[in-house]
Amino acid sequence: MDFFAAKNLTMKFGGLVAVNDFNITLKRGEIVGLIGPNGAGKTTVFNMVAGYYEPTEGTITFSKNIINGKKANEITKLGIARTFQNIRLFTELSVIENVMIAYHCRVKSTFLGAVLRFPLYRREEKMMHEGAMNILEEVGLASLAKERSDSLPYGQQRRLEIARALATGPELLLLDEPAAGMNPQETQDLVDLVIRIRDNHGLTVFLIEHDMKFVMQICERMKVIDYGTTIAEGTPEEIQNNERVIKAYLGEA
Amino acid sequence: MDVHHRRNQILSILAIGLGFVLLYLAQKYLTSYQVRILNNCGLFITLAVSYNLINGVTGQFSLEPNAFVAIGAYTSALLTLSPAEKAMSFIIEPIIWPLSVIQTPFIISLLAAGIVTAIFGFLMGFAVFRVRGDYLAIVTLGFGEVVRVVANNTQTITNGPLGLKALAPYTNVWWTWGLALITVFYVSRLVRTSYGMAMKAVKYDEAAAEAVGINAFRHKMLAFTSSAFFEGIGGGLLAHLITTISPTLFTFFLTFNLLIMIVVGGLGSTTGAIIAAILVTWGGEFLRFVEEPINIFFIHIPAVPGMRMVIFSLLLVLMMIFARHGIMGTREFSWNWVVDRMNGLKFLLRNRG
Repeated sequence: MDFFAAKNLTMKFGGLVAVNDFNITLKRGEIVGLIGPNGAGKTTVFNMVAGYYEPTEGTITFSKNIINGKKANEITKLGIARTFQNIRLFTELSVIENVMIAYHCRVKSTFLGAVLRFPLYRREEKMMHEGAMNILEEVGLASLAKERSDSLPYGQQRRLEIARALATGPELLLLDEPAAGMNPQETQDLVDLVIRIRDNHGLTVFLIEHDMKFVMQICERMKVIDYGTTIAEGTPEEIQNNERVIKAYLGEA
Repeated sequence: MDVHHRRNQILSILAIGLGFVLLYLAQKYLTSYQVRILNNCGLFITLAVSYNLINGVTGQFSLEPNAFVAIGAYTSALLTLSPAEKAMSFIIEPIIWPLSVIQTPFIISLLAAGIVTAIFGFLMGFAVFRVRGDYLAIVTLGFGEVVRVVANNTQTITNGPLGLKALAPYTNVWWTWGLALITVFYVSRLVRTSYGMAMKAVKYDEAAAEAVGINAFRHKMLAFTSSAFFEGIGGGLLAHLITTISPTLFTFFLTFNLLIMIVVGGLGSTTGAIIAAILVTWGGEFLRFVEEPINIFFIHIPAVPGMRMVIFSLLLVLMMIFARHGIMGTREFSWNWVVDRMNGLKFLLRNRG
């Protein structure tokens, strides 16, 4: 049984076929990339996996559960976390609160227990705080814990979004263009970060990216889609030399 | 987490103690008109703070408090009236059983008002939270109107347009300010828990909130039902403060007043809601003079009823232009801030002297 498998995924919006017959299996611990020109349907694939869209056809299985049709928050609870293409932090909250929130879905206290500060909630609050601090430490944002999240520079906001996703305790992490808008140094740091958290948390990473240098460096396997259809898959070397991929990106000669 | 936690707790208890001493003196020495304003302030703090939980903290712009207050007021009033009094006021059609025979003490009627309103809010939530934004505002506004119309037409339960009269004037400053204290305690504590953080997350970005595992619907329901509970009890107090209730009391105007309060105070700030509730309630009374004839030297301005509302509207417009975040924005009162200021002041005075 595969750790994660998507079979025959199809997403239609009215007459538009955004994704057509998409198949992928992921093994535990892999870093797999999904690339393709703008509008190819990459983010639609993520939105189906993360529960934002219900696929028109096909099934998604994740650790023996069929997850398509489940709500986004339920899927997160099962162990799939995501980041967004455009950064979506809770802007007016502090850095640490942004991360602490991610533990909330595992809080066992009731709201009354929390309001009256029963011992269980105090313990959980302490755990949330410590857990969030550890994760911030790991991504290198611990010293900024009390800052407002929208006061951080762009690259650090991206890191914070990854930290927030990590705090939900995922097994599969979906990164939607994590390197977008980063300078070469920041991108290099991001490569190290993704590999480090994969190793530390036993994650499987599935990512979308346009920065080819980043993708080629980090991915063990990749898949290319164009107009919703898979046109190639394989190792980075294979993809680099694939004629259909070159055509899709550069057009016909 | 906070090193000054203990100190702040003691300061809070002292402040509350002082507040109650002041209330005791106020109700002993002030005129009944002034005590009435004081009661209104306490009541509107409860209503504004609980309304702010759903509109400000959770960011779900809704317009239903008049419905909640009405349900609470009717529930409580129907429970405290004696069977004989009910038989006397229901002159067109008799009141239905079992309401015709039930009578409970005031406090039970208040709890019942809270619970009945919370149940209503809970059920209503299933319907209204299927939509967001402007649509939510419209749907909740509709519910507010429905409740008023139902109250007007269920002659055998609410006595229709005649309303309920001669309720015992149980409500005093202890009830109004006591409830305000409980509401503020509940809401400000809730906002600081992870439940409250989740509510804020839903306000800032619902999709991102779901991505971190927050069930947005459940948290909206929690805020909405909590808000309904306190507004229901507030309605019960309101009924026994003015001692006569009828459907005309619970029009959209009530909601609009509360909306002014939470916007002026700063959406999402409990402190702001408290300050604005007092300002608007007290200001409304203070501005009564503008509705009387005024003579300034040779200029005579005749009495204009409703002039207060013009001034309120003007203030609101100015607020929207110059201070869109309200008095407090999303900030809250904190003892740390007060103590820091006091220390700063001490330092300043010492250096001068």
